[in-house]
Amino acid sequence: MATSIDVSDLNIYYGDFLAVEGVTIPIAARSVTAFIGPSGCGKSTFLRSLNRMHEVVRGARVEGKVLVDGEDLYGDDVDPVDVRRMVGMVFQRPNPFPTMSIYDNVLAGQRLNSKRMKKTDADDAVERALRSAGLWAEVKDRLDRPGSGLSGGQQQRLCIARAISVEPEVLLMDEPCSALDPISTIVIEDLIHELKAQYTIVIVTHNMQQAARVSDTTAFFNLAGVGMPGRLVEHGATEKIFSNPDESATEAYIQGRFG
Amino acid sequence: MTVVEVSRHPVRRLGDRVFAGASTGAAITILATLAGVAIFLTVEGVPGILASPDEVKSGESFLPYVGPLVFGTLLAAAIALVIAVPVSIGVALFISHYAPRRLAAVMGYLIDLLAAVPSVVYGLWGIGFLAGKLVAPYGWLEEHLGFLPFFAGPASATGRTILTVGIVLAVMILPIMTAICREVFLQTPRLHEEAALALGATRWEMARLAVFPHARSGIISGAMLGLGRALGETMAVAMVLSASGVVSWNLISSTNPSTIAANIALSFKEASGLTVNALVASGLVLFVITFVVNVAARLVVDRRKDFSGADA
Repeated sequence: MATSIDVSDLNIYYGDFLAVEGVTIPIAARSVTAFIGPSGCGKSTFLRSLNRMHEVVRGARVEGKVLVDGEDLYGDDVDPVDVRRMVGMVFQRPNPFPTMSIYDNVLAGQRLNSKRMKKTDADDAVERALRSAGLWAEVKDRLDRPGSGLSGGQQQRLCIARAISVEPEVLLMDEPCSALDPISTIVIEDLIHELKAQYTIVIVTHNMQQAARVSDTTAFFNLAGVGMPGRLVEHGATEKIFSNPDESATEAYIQGRFG
Repeated sequence: MTVVEVSRHPVRRLGDRVFAGASTGAAITILATLAGVAIFLTVEGVPGILASPDEVKSGESFLPYVGPLVFGTLLAAAIALVIAVPVSIGVALFISHYAPRRLAAVMGYLIDLLAAVPSVVYGLWGIGFLAGKLVAPYGWLEEHLGFLPFFAGPASATGRTILTVGIVLAVMILPIMTAICREVFLQTPRLHEEAALALGATRWEMARLAVFPHARSGIISGAMLGLGRALGETMAVAMVLSASGVVSWNLISSTNPSTIAANIALSFKEASGLTVNALVASGLVLFVITFVVNVAARLVVDRRKDFSGADA
């Protein structure tokens, strides 16, 4: 189910502004890849380009290739809607649909994909997704209550359940813990460890300890200077990046000398 | 940090007092006006309700007199709403989520302009242009959909039917409803729109998942404002409709129920004595209908409050 991603020479523009320049990175299947770097270095933009979510901004476009399972996401006949069904996303702030129950939130994606589901199939899908997201025990008695009534950490796990219920190939996470307390953060991190058995996970984080804890591979992004495009400085096994990076900028960032 | 002084007489700045007084006064004025209107309608209307049939011009007691008018009022407003709600939602969604920015601005401006056209002009347009153009379609409706009671015919030769009135009213209430829908659509949290898009929603599916649920109470408020205007609209109805005081579901024939407001406008000049009281009483009925509609709308909006997303 999970697939690898191959990005080569990707430039991301907003209008005439070059936001991210020349990213080439392979992302292995069934692994966790963390993007770290200072604010505004383009790591979130790059993450969003992996399921074409950056295109919600007017004038956004890319040059280069993003191959998922050998297929270019930016091919001429590729519909971004299909891309997003294959590459799911979890956002910085938990965003369950406030007018929907927990049950309906989990099924929201599937109801887009398929016309009708049998009640038993739907029940199974909801339970499966909530179990995978580690939320089933906490909400199984109140599936008909609104998702917005849950705590922040629970809401974020509900969003993860919603994202994986459509069984995507890849799961993108854009600072999924930055709005959560430390306990909820640990729960989500444990969840990431479990999910990588099935999914290819890419996570953006501002928290370097988090990157060290959850990821197999780490990629460091930085700006060449003010007003310059963000670029990928280096990437490699998380242990190596955190202990013995090739670039001095990476070392400086990881040791907390800037950023 | 300074220690907060506890004093028996909390200091209140002059500006604060003036503003509090002014806003309280404004609020009381609204209530007083409303109460004044209600009292006037009741005091003047009750004799009209109690008048015997031979004392008023219509020659009917009050209930049979006002019944068809209430029916006509509700029917015309309902037709207007049925037409205007989907159109205004569609236009608002186009402006807020589909149109290129420059076109959206122009469209918004034009819609607002539509709201500034006086109702007498809509009346002229309805009678001078629309009614004539609708004669042929009404004939078609009678021929092909005549089995429905709405289109039983015989189709009016002038086009001055309750359906024409409903269409004119729909155009009149479109701007306010579109403006409100557009505003609430634009306020949809980016977060929820992106949640829908990231699940692989098309733009229309995103509207259904994120925009409409968020805008639900706003859409209802807009529809109620439009309904209020449609219920009370006088001039356009009085000009367009050829009314004959019947109760009929037939929307395209030349015998149509009148509406309360149009009936008051058309009858008031020649009315005297208890007939005036009867007209005022029909105004009281319209007042009550509008009140009930607003309460109903409020109840609908409050239902499922947990799911409103107000805390998200």
